[in-house]
Amino acid sequence: MSSPDKVARRTEKLARVAKAFGPGKVIPAARTVEFLELILSPGDRLVHEGDNQKQGDFLAEKLAQMDPKKVHGLKLALSCIGLPEHLDLFENGIAEVVDFAYAGPQGGRLAELVGNGTVKIGAVHTYVELIARYFAELRPDVACLVAVDADAEGNLYTGSNTEETPALAEAAAFGGGIVVVQANTLTDNLRRIDIPGEWVDFVIESPKPFHLEPLFTKDPALIDETRILMAMMTMKAIYQKYLPKVLNHGVGFNTAAIELLLPTYGEELGLKGKACTHWALNPHPTMIPAIESGFVEAIACIGGEVGMEDYVASKPDIFPLGHDGSLRSNRFYGQMAGHYADMFVGATLQIDPFGNSSTVTADRLAGFGGAPNFGAENRSRRHLSEAYLRAGAEAHQGEFMPQGRKLVVQMVETFQSANTPTFVERLEAWEAMKTAGFAIPPVMIYGDDVSHVVTEEGVANLLLCRTIEEREQAVRGVAGFTPVGLKRDRTMVANLRDRGIIQRAEDLGIRKSDVSRDRLAARSIHDLVRWSGGLYNPPSRFRNW
Amino acid sequence: MEHLSFEFDGGVHAPKSGKAYAVAGVVASSNLEVLAQPQELGGRVRFEVDTTAAHFQDAWRAVITDFIERRQPRDVLFSINDFAAIPPVVSLRLDQAWEGLE
Repeated sequence: MSSPDKVARRTEKLARVAKAFGPGKVIPAARTVEFLELILSPGDRLVHEGDNQKQGDFLAEKLAQMDPKKVHGLKLALSCIGLPEHLDLFENGIAEVVDFAYAGPQGGRLAELVGNGTVKIGAVHTYVELIARYFAELRPDVACLVAVDADAEGNLYTGSNTEETPALAEAAAFGGGIVVVQANTLTDNLRRIDIPGEWVDFVIESPKPFHLEPLFTKDPALIDETRILMAMMTMKAIYQKYLPKVLNHGVGFNTAAIELLLPTYGEELGLKGKACTHWALNPHPTMIPAIESGFVEAIACIGGEVGMEDYVASKPDIFPLGHDGSLRSNRFYGQMAGHYADMFVGATLQIDPFGNSSTVTADRLAGFGGAPNFGAENRSRRHLSEAYLRAGAEAHQGEFMPQGRKLVVQMVETFQSANTPTFVERLEAWEAMKTAGFAIPPVMIYGDDVSHVVTEEGVANLLLCRTIEEREQAVRGVAGFTPVGLKRDRTMVANLRDRGIIQRAEDLGIRKSDVSRDRLAARSIHDLVRWSGGLYNPPSRFRNW
Repeated sequence: MEHLSFEFDGGVHAPKSGKAYAVAGVVASSNLEVLAQPQELGGRVRFEVDTTAAHFQDAWRAVITDFIERRQPRDVLFSINDFAAIPPVVSLRLDQAWEGLE
C-alpha cells in the first residue's frame, strides 16, 4: 500500500530499490523490469521521454514488459506517441490514460484503440503546453528520460538532441518525482554536463543507442515545380512585402523549397540581410546553402538532426554550441523563440473554408506537436519589428488601438493526392471529436490565427478580409479545383483579386515558365553535401550516389 | 488509356512568337507533357488529351476552361499526354506551354 503523500511515496520507493539493488544510482540493464515495478505504483503519472526525433526505446520496451498485476492504471504523459510499446502499455492493461502532443507514426493505431475504448485520451496538447502542465497539475511521479552519456553520479550529457530532457528532469526532480535515465554509455568522462546528477535518481546503460529519427531531412530531388511555384509566390507576396526577420519553418517540402530558393530567388528579391536572419528551427540540411550564402545570423534549435553534427559544429556563430563544441538544443526555449517570432510558415492535411486547419483525420489522431505555438497569433507579444507592424497595420486598419500581428502562413497544395483534396467543407476533426469523446474538434490552427493561405493557385491575404464572408471567399479563391474551390463566388473572388487580397502568379509578375528546378540552390542531397564542404553526413537512406 | 477532345471559343491572344511549337513537362508519374502548336482554328482552341486516368472528363473541362479564361489563347492546338497528374500540375503545364508560344 502506498502513502497518499507524494514525498513519502518517493522515499518509500527509493527504500524498496535500495533494499533490492543496494546503494548507488546505477541499475543493471538486465534487471530493468524488476526495477521499474518497484518505482511505479498503480495510478502513478509516468512521463516517458520520446518525441518526433529521439526515442526512449529501451525503457519503453521494458515498461511494456511489466506485470499488469503489479503495475496498472498508469497515467502516461509524453510528447510523442512514437513507439508501438507506448500503445502496448494500454493493450497490456498497464496504462489507462494518455496525455500527449503528437502521435506521428502511431496515429492510425491510436485512433483505433481510442475507438474501441482501450486508450483514454486526457488531452491533445502542444509541446510547451504539455511541458507547462508537468509543472502544474500533471506533475510526474516517475520520469523515464534519455541521455547520450551518464556517469555514476547521474550527471548527463544529452547532446545535440537535448530537446525536452531539461524540462522533464526539472519537473520531476523538483516535483517529488523519481528520475530514471537510459543512457547510451556510462562513462567517467562526460564531455559536458547538460543535467546535473542531483536531479537524477537512477541511470541504466541501454544495450543499444536510442533511435534518432532524421525527421527534418528533405531530399531536394523530391521538390517539384508546383512546390517551387508556391515557394516563389510566398517569397514575393509575403517575405519581400513584410520582411520577417525572425521566423520558423515547418517540416515539409514546401518550406524546404523556400530554404533552397533563398540563395537564388531570395537574393534577386533583395531579402539578404533584410529578412530571414534569425530562425527557430532544427538544423535543416536544406538550410545549408542559405547559411553558406550569408543569409543566416543565428538559429535557435528545437532539436538536432542526424548527420548535421559536424556541419553544425563548424558554425559556432550560428548554432548554439556547448564549450565541448556540440549542439545543445532545447525544445521549450526553441518553441518559445518560434512563438515570439515574426512569422510561421507551415502546412497541414486539411483546411476548411474559414481557414481552420487540422492534421487530425477520421482514422489518424496525429496530434499537433509544436505547430499551434509557432502558428498562432501571439496575443502576448509586446516587442516590435517591421514585419509585426506591417502585418498589424493590415489586420487592425481603422481600429482605435494600433496593434501588431504575427504572420501565420499555411502553405498547402490543393490536393494531398488525386482523390484527397486538402480543402474540405468540414474538417474530419469533427468526426475525430466524436470518436475520441472530445467536447470540441481538435483544430491545429484556427482560421482567425492564419494570416495567409498559399496554394498553387495563389496567395490569399486573410489580414485584409473584413468579414467572415470575405475570408471564406479568399480561401475558396485559392482552393483550386477542389470541391471547396469550385464552390467559390466568382464575383466576390474577382473583387478580392482587384483589392489585392488574392494574388495570382501573374499578379506577382511570376511567369510559369520561370518556375524551374534550376532555381534550387541544391537539387539533391549530394548537392547539400557539396555546399557543406563535405561536413554534412546524410543518413545512409538518403545516399543514392 | 482514355482519349478526350475539347474545343472551345478562344480569347484575344493569338500566338505571336512565331515558334512552330512549345513543350512543357514530361510523361512521368503524376506529371504530363503538353505540346502547344499554332493552328488556324478560326479563333478557337483545341485540346487532344491522352490520359492514363479515365473518368476525369469534368475535371479536365474545369482546368481547361479556367486556363482559357486566365490566359485568353486562340488558334492553338494543345496535345496532352497525361500520366495521372493532379489538376494544379495540369494548370501549370498549360501555362508553361502557352508562355513558350505567346
